[in-house]
Amino acid sequence: MSKKWTVLAVPVISVLLGLLAGAIIMIVSGNNPAAGYMALWNGAFGDSFYTGETLRQMTPYIFAGLAVAFAFRTGLFNIGVEGQLLVGWLASVWVGLAFTDLPKVVHLPMAIAAGALAGALWGFIPGFLKARLRVHEVIVTIMMNYTALHVTNHFIRNVISDGSDATDAVNETASLRSPFLENLTDFSSLHNGIYLAVIAAILMWFMLEKTTLGYELRAVGYNQHASEYAGMNVNRNIILSMVISGAFAGIGGAMQGLGTFGNMFINSGFSGIGFDGIAVALLGGNTAIGVVLAALLFGALKVGSLNMPIESGVPNELVEIVIALIIFFVASSYMITWLLGRFKKKEAK
Amino acid sequence: MDYVIEMLGIRKEFNGFVANDNITLQLAKGEIHALLGENGAGKSTLMNVLFGLYQPEAGEIKVNGKTVHITNPNIANELGIGMVHQHFMLVDTFTVTENIVLGNEPKKFGTVNMKQAEQKVRELSEQYGLAVDPTAKIADISVGMQQRVEILKTLYRGAEMLIFDEPTAVLTPQEIKELIQIMRALIKEGKSIILITHKLKEIMEVCERVTVIRKGKGIGTVNVSETNPNHLASLMVGRDVTFTTEKADAVPAQSVLEVRGLSVNDSRGVQAVRNLDLDVRAGEIVGICGVDGNGQTELIEAITGLRKVKGGTVMLNGKNITSFKPRKVTESGVAHIPQDRHKHGLVLDYPIGVNMVLQTYYQNPFSKAGIMNYKEVYKKANTLIEEFDVRTPSETTLARALSGGNQQKAIIGREVDRDPDLLIAAQPTRGLDVGAIEFIHRRLIEQRDNGKAVLLLSFELDEIMNVSDRIAVIYEGQIVAVVEPKETTEQELGLLMAGSKKGAGERV
Repeated sequence: MSKKWTVLAVPVISVLLGLLAGAIIMIVSGNNPAAGYMALWNGAFGDSFYTGETLRQMTPYIFAGLAVAFAFRTGLFNIGVEGQLLVGWLASVWVGLAFTDLPKVVHLPMAIAAGALAGALWGFIPGFLKARLRVHEVIVTIMMNYTALHVTNHFIRNVISDGSDATDAVNETASLRSPFLENLTDFSSLHNGIYLAVIAAILMWFMLEKTTLGYELRAVGYNQHASEYAGMNVNRNIILSMVISGAFAGIGGAMQGLGTFGNMFINSGFSGIGFDGIAVALLGGNTAIGVVLAALLFGALKVGSLNMPIESGVPNELVEIVIALIIFFVASSYMITWLLGRFKKKEAK
Repeated sequence: MDYVIEMLGIRKEFNGFVANDNITLQLAKGEIHALLGENGAGKSTLMNVLFGLYQPEAGEIKVNGKTVHITNPNIANELGIGMVHQHFMLVDTFTVTENIVLGNEPKKFGTVNMKQAEQKVRELSEQYGLAVDPTAKIADISVGMQQRVEILKTLYRGAEMLIFDEPTAVLTPQEIKELIQIMRALIKEGKSIILITHKLKEIMEVCERVTVIRKGKGIGTVNVSETNPNHLASLMVGRDVTFTTEKADAVPAQSVLEVRGLSVNDSRGVQAVRNLDLDVRAGEIVGICGVDGNGQTELIEAITGLRKVKGGTVMLNGKNITSFKPRKVTESGVAHIPQDRHKHGLVLDYPIGVNMVLQTYYQNPFSKAGIMNYKEVYKKANTLIEEFDVRTPSETTLARALSGGNQQKAIIGREVDRDPDLLIAAQPTRGLDVGAIEFIHRRLIEQRDNGKAVLLLSFELDEIMNVSDRIAVIYEGQIVAVVEPKETTEQELGLLMAGSKKGAGERV
């Protein structure tokens, strides 16, 4: 029981410490922290529009976080979520544009599946290289991020459009837009992707905890030698893990392409969602429920920060600092558990 | 008598669980004092109290007659207490010298004076007869050598009292002999030693006195000259223990395992098994005996599919299983108790119950259509935990948290339960106490009596002589002799293991 509490305590305390440090910075720089955080809260949950925006922002974070967490739970570091997300985005938009007379029940799943497939392919390459040649997946996935960025830009400019900076909007039959959710949230850009994200989180939990596949994948992640001894195919599992992780990231990209933006445009740099996914997974303890909660926090911080300069005059970069500090505190979780241990000891005495 | 360390009436509790209850241990100057107890008896707790890692609830500690409060390991170090850990605390990529001086480096203009450090290490190693190369990397030297580095580390820090935590568990018989010489040399130089062990033979050989603890309680201290192994074992376990495992004569039937002309390379690509022939019949235990590194590991890995076969065949019940994948080998009726239980035997971060289906998780009833049924898994685990006396708080406890003996019992339960035609047991009792060893030997013999074939690999001659029905001596990748335990002696086996053909029995 007490161990379970520690698991929960580390991220919660990290978030509180991060916010506290943010408050100190605001005081030092001559701002009112209460006003700043009030503006942040209002900007994230102040009314239904902002809540909708927060949930919309949370959607790709969940997918990116799940992708990182899934790989991590099976012993792999997928730093390539950003790239997998970009190719998934492109593939889904492409399919969303390519067919004009399909019914929605066929077209939308097909477009999402295309995103998953593209992300999976982008994950397969580092997985295959790791399994066959023992090339470290961190190196390959980082390089694949750049490849994805420039390949997608090329396709947008030269293949899908005629030298333009953005694609057309995807057909209505492939769109995730939801009039119902838009009405509910005062016409925010919230779309149906949020349902898919929650389903994906449940799916990841189920896959890892309840299936023989998850049993194998986690065993390989913990101890390759014992897995081989037990008759599991270690190489196949490494590839499979990267493929599934990449598919999660790819669907995250589809959420952007079919939902948030409805198209794809030339990216001069990374969207950052894939990298934030690493932080989301870390904060969420690499569990499905943890990822959902961490994604909610990140979504709220990102969306809410936009309101800070308007309402309180605090620059929204402050939130970036707070996020960085939260990650710092989670990463130094050892320090927190140590402090908790000291605290308990004193209490006992 | 002059005592350098006195631990009087020590009591240590963990959340109501009494790990040490009124234990007294007195170490005289210049003696080797054994601390004897089963796995989990409280030996480590007691030593951690002495080393300042735990604070006792009651009792006092005196060093050189003065009462001391050891609140952290640094104080223990300053008092001249040094610990040689069972699991070495060494940096693999550092040299011997770098490891020894780590945290205590001789400095020169703010940089480490490596020359001076090396000189110091050389002096120490000569003084105590600890042959090491100060410039060698830890990763490149043998386990026995690494242990010497650990000893030098404590001496470098000026230790007068040394604690050896199960030092022989990881050593080959030759290295054990060398270690015993080293300990004698240390005593000659005026050091005092506490030897934590459960190996009675070693105690009889090197120790003057022995303090026995059982289930956290101090049983007493006896002079080694006034006792014998049987007496010590019964003190430790709390009942009479038999050393020679009782068993009826084997009634071997048809051949189960037939290895013909097997050749296998080791990880470096050097041929480790050369054209090897071996037979194991139903209803017998064949013991493979040999000095470590003569191809035993490669032989077993080749049979179980973990290593590529270069040439030759492996037949099981007349079926060719050469180069089968591990799963196919398992499904053909082979079970394998691996040599390294942490590396191969268990997924340490899985609950012990989940480890019980490591090879069978994909089969009914543990899973259906790819969905695990953990209820069935834990049901099975509980039966095995009960039957094989695995002492664990629960079936959901991580395998990592169990003691070595209980981890091993769990593996044996899992492997025997599949009712294999051939059971391969590689060093099944390594690092275990007499109670557990007795249990495991009985299980192996039971398996044999049920008409199964058992292949036993061990570096302990006692074990080979006691348990096997036939002994196959391996030397440089070949079986050089097959002898019957009744018709051979340890001396003869020793010679055969060293490659001598003299007195060789018949060839298979």
